[in-house]
Amino acid sequence: MKRKETAAVVSQDRIADGIFSLWLQVSFAKEAEAGQFVSLFTADGTRLLPRPVSICETDKDAGRIRLVYRIAGAGTEGFSKLKAGDRIDVMGPLGRGFPIDLALGKRVLLIGGGIGIPPMLSAAKAIRLRDPDAAVTCAVGYRTNDRYLYNDLSAVSDVVVSTDDGSYGVHGTVMDAVRFSDADPQLIFACGPKVMLRAVKEYAKTKGVPCFISMEERMACGVGVCLGCICQTTGIDEHSHVKKARVCTDGPVFPAEEVDLT
Amino acid sequence: MTDVNMQVVIAGVTLKNPVITSSGTYGAGREYSEFIDLSRLGAVTAKGIADVPWEGNPAPRIAEVSGGMLNCIGLQNPGVDVFLERDLPFLREAGCGVIVNVVGHEPDEYYRVVDRLNGVQGIDLLEINISCPNVKAGGLALGTDPAVVEEVTRNCKRYASQPCIMKLTPNVTDIRAIAAACEAGGADAISLINSITGMKIDIERQTFALSNRTGGLSGPCVKPVAVRMVYEAARTVSIPVIGMGGIMTADDAVEFMLAGASAVSIGMANFIDPYVPLKVIDGLRDYCIRHGIASVSELTGAVHA
Repeated sequence: MKRKETAAVVSQDRIADGIFSLWLQVSFAKEAEAGQFVSLFTADGTRLLPRPVSICETDKDAGRIRLVYRIAGAGTEGFSKLKAGDRIDVMGPLGRGFPIDLALGKRVLLIGGGIGIPPMLSAAKAIRLRDPDAAVTCAVGYRTNDRYLYNDLSAVSDVVVSTDDGSYGVHGTVMDAVRFSDADPQLIFACGPKVMLRAVKEYAKTKGVPCFISMEERMACGVGVCLGCICQTTGIDEHSHVKKARVCTDGPVFPAEEVDLT
Repeated sequence: MTDVNMQVVIAGVTLKNPVITSSGTYGAGREYSEFIDLSRLGAVTAKGIADVPWEGNPAPRIAEVSGGMLNCIGLQNPGVDVFLERDLPFLREAGCGVIVNVVGHEPDEYYRVVDRLNGVQGIDLLEINISCPNVKAGGLALGTDPAVVEEVTRNCKRYASQPCIMKLTPNVTDIRAIAAACEAGGADAISLINSITGMKIDIERQTFALSNRTGGLSGPCVKPVAVRMVYEAARTVSIPVIGMGGIMTADDAVEFMLAGASAVSIGMANFIDPYVPLKVIDGLRDYCIRHGIASVSELTGAVHA
């Protein structure tokens, strides 16, 4: 059940330049699924719209969620000042996550680019929780050798890394790292910039492997009423019967073949 | 003091309280029913419905501005057939008043929808959105020309079995002339304001923040404009006025009612806090108790110099 509440900040750390890791105490941690997101609200009364942030990790026993986000403007910069004990308004859990059921017993490749990496940690952990022997590979692309979440990912999967500047791992895009890894996936989950998702979709199609991608768009309501965060779809969408699906509620995770990334 | 009478009557339709949710901010009620009990609301206004599905505009459709937002959704909607089959059955069971918002690119499209809704059970009121860009008028909203407004109102009334609320665009020089044209055309009520046309430029990328370049401004930043226009319109016509534009709190709602609104509508605030409509209902009641007012409708137009 979605709800809006005031959450307590458990802790916050800066884990790379402009990248922060925020643990929140929330009532809905048990229900939150990998690939879902929350809306965070600023304390600044002039910046009213929520900021959608994907869930990076959940601690269901302690009732906590971890959000890893990048400072993208004044709103997220405000979040980065939060300290343990502070309060923040949050709505969640929102959206449709990754279909973890499909991953059980398969060789799974998780592809994350930049700030699309955090939800891949939640996916890797969710798969491991259900299937401790799962063969999970994470291919992650960074701008440079800051490698946020690398240790967390390494604990639950095999990790291959690319950097734009070649300062660590494969010099190039995350798809270069995928090809370097000799991965032979039976299922792909991915999150990252559109140009990356386009390459992932193409790769999956060539390999004939089912692929699910997590989309990003500016949002207002976060719950499917305003139609602000649409993405172009290849077929007639269920809600409006045009070719535009709602990222917030029909997604953010879609079967790759259903999204028109051109 | 005994409990406050929260009922209001709009065009012969009794609402249990004067708090409505605005078209385009509430779907057809289903999504927010996860958060609140819709039966507590005066009414839900369903998102604008056209005769056929509308694609709307490309992304980005949303931009934040200080104290509000711009949108260029472009009235994406599944069309009247899907609405009647899928959305209305849910809404009419929700226990609140039901208002159906109607959109069109040109007058005939409005009439087709209104005609289709004629006699449909479970619709209390129609709201005719005359702020849509009119294709035949070169994209100008038909709601900006009093003569056209009067004609469209008269024709909608001809096809409609339900009372008609005309929803006014604020993008006009004199809102009083438009309000008067609605009344002359036989409108049962008017609602205002729709969003104000605005623009945001992304200075880093040196381009427009919205795909459509312009978008509709809404949120608390428009409230003083909306209160002024509700006041002017309410002084001009004798039909009920539904006031909206940036209402975030019960105090805001009281302000609109004092300015002349018979009911109020909550829009962008739903996105920020789905519980706002209920807080406004409770706050309106508290205000009446505090001021010794027996019936919330006494607030309508009660502002004095």
